[in-house]
Amino acid sequence: MTCGNTQLDALFPDEPLRIGSHSLSSRLIVGTGKYETLDLMRDSLAASHSECVTVAVRRERLYDRDGKNLLDYIDLARYTLLPNTAGCYNAVDAVRVAKLGREILKSLENPGANWVKLEVLGDSKTLLPDPLATLEACQKLVQDGFQVLCYTSDDPIMAVRLKEAGAACVMPAGSPIGSGQGILNPNNLTITLEYLKSDDPTYPVIVDAGVGTASDVAVAFELGADAVLLNTAIAHARDPVRMAAAMYHATLAGRSAFLAGRIPKRLYAQASSPEEGTITSRPFPQ
Amino acid sequence: MQRSKKSRMITIQFNGQSKQIDDDYTIDELLISAGVPAKFCAVELNLEIVPKHEYRLQKLKNGDAIEVVTLVGGG
Repeated sequence: MTCGNTQLDALFPDEPLRIGSHSLSSRLIVGTGKYETLDLMRDSLAASHSECVTVAVRRERLYDRDGKNLLDYIDLARYTLLPNTAGCYNAVDAVRVAKLGREILKSLENPGANWVKLEVLGDSKTLLPDPLATLEACQKLVQDGFQVLCYTSDDPIMAVRLKEAGAACVMPAGSPIGSGQGILNPNNLTITLEYLKSDDPTYPVIVDAGVGTASDVAVAFELGADAVLLNTAIAHARDPVRMAAAMYHATLAGRSAFLAGRIPKRLYAQASSPEEGTITSRPFPQ
Repeated sequence: MQRSKKSRMITIQFNGQSKQIDDDYTIDELLISAGVPAKFCAVELNLEIVPKHEYRLQKLKNGDAIEVVTLVGGG
């Protein structure tokens, strides 16, 4: 039997994801790092159906002239680039890197020139964000006209502070970057979503970091996240392209499950078949 | 690049490393000599971003620190 196009996004069209002045039809944002080859990266990006990909700013390699540039493998007409400040451990460095990223994207005429994924880390072992430096950098970048997509921990109070500082969206980590542990504290994420959206339901919240597999993506959406940002879970999967496709489907499934509205959890069972009219006797408890 | 006269050499910091160049080198000339495509990079001279249209005009001085960055894969 053929059913035509049964993709969830075709059957149940969703609203676009709106972040500041940007509008994306895909709610999955993927990174471009850690791929074994740039060909594999390009094919994985395509399989993820993402429209927005993160990139990092680094010194030009002056002694590897044969090295291909990442941008040779990214269709700039298809993808909005989201430059990050990864590797920064203080606000001054983060602002500096954000401005350099903007300068590159301006010359590429990519719409991503006016936004940045702000990431200010506390230490290199946990890669957890430094909350004070993150807030300081967020304030400076907002003043400088950036739309700041702000990576943070899953602390709801910090998330509120970053929103108050003008972040275009707050991006709590599910678990440490690259750890693949999924969403370790769904309660904190639920509170964060409630706090950020209570008087502003369309304010975007993106789960960023920690995703290990497709079910983590589905859980993030089921909790109410507007989007998920991930990198390592695809790039280091045994078959990255197939995992990218799985992440795409998990995005559709999780988001649809959220919109459909899940049943509440109950301690005891609730029969699916009628309780009345049974021809059998019932054991304890009556 | 052909140069009409013999120039004095100066030392700059180029992406954290010392480099000797002619004293009238512009940023554009430095990028070309290093094989760096200007389209994909941003340039910071002594911590100030240099707009692309100034690459051809901005001459480097002894002791200048220049950073040339590009985009790489990242999450």
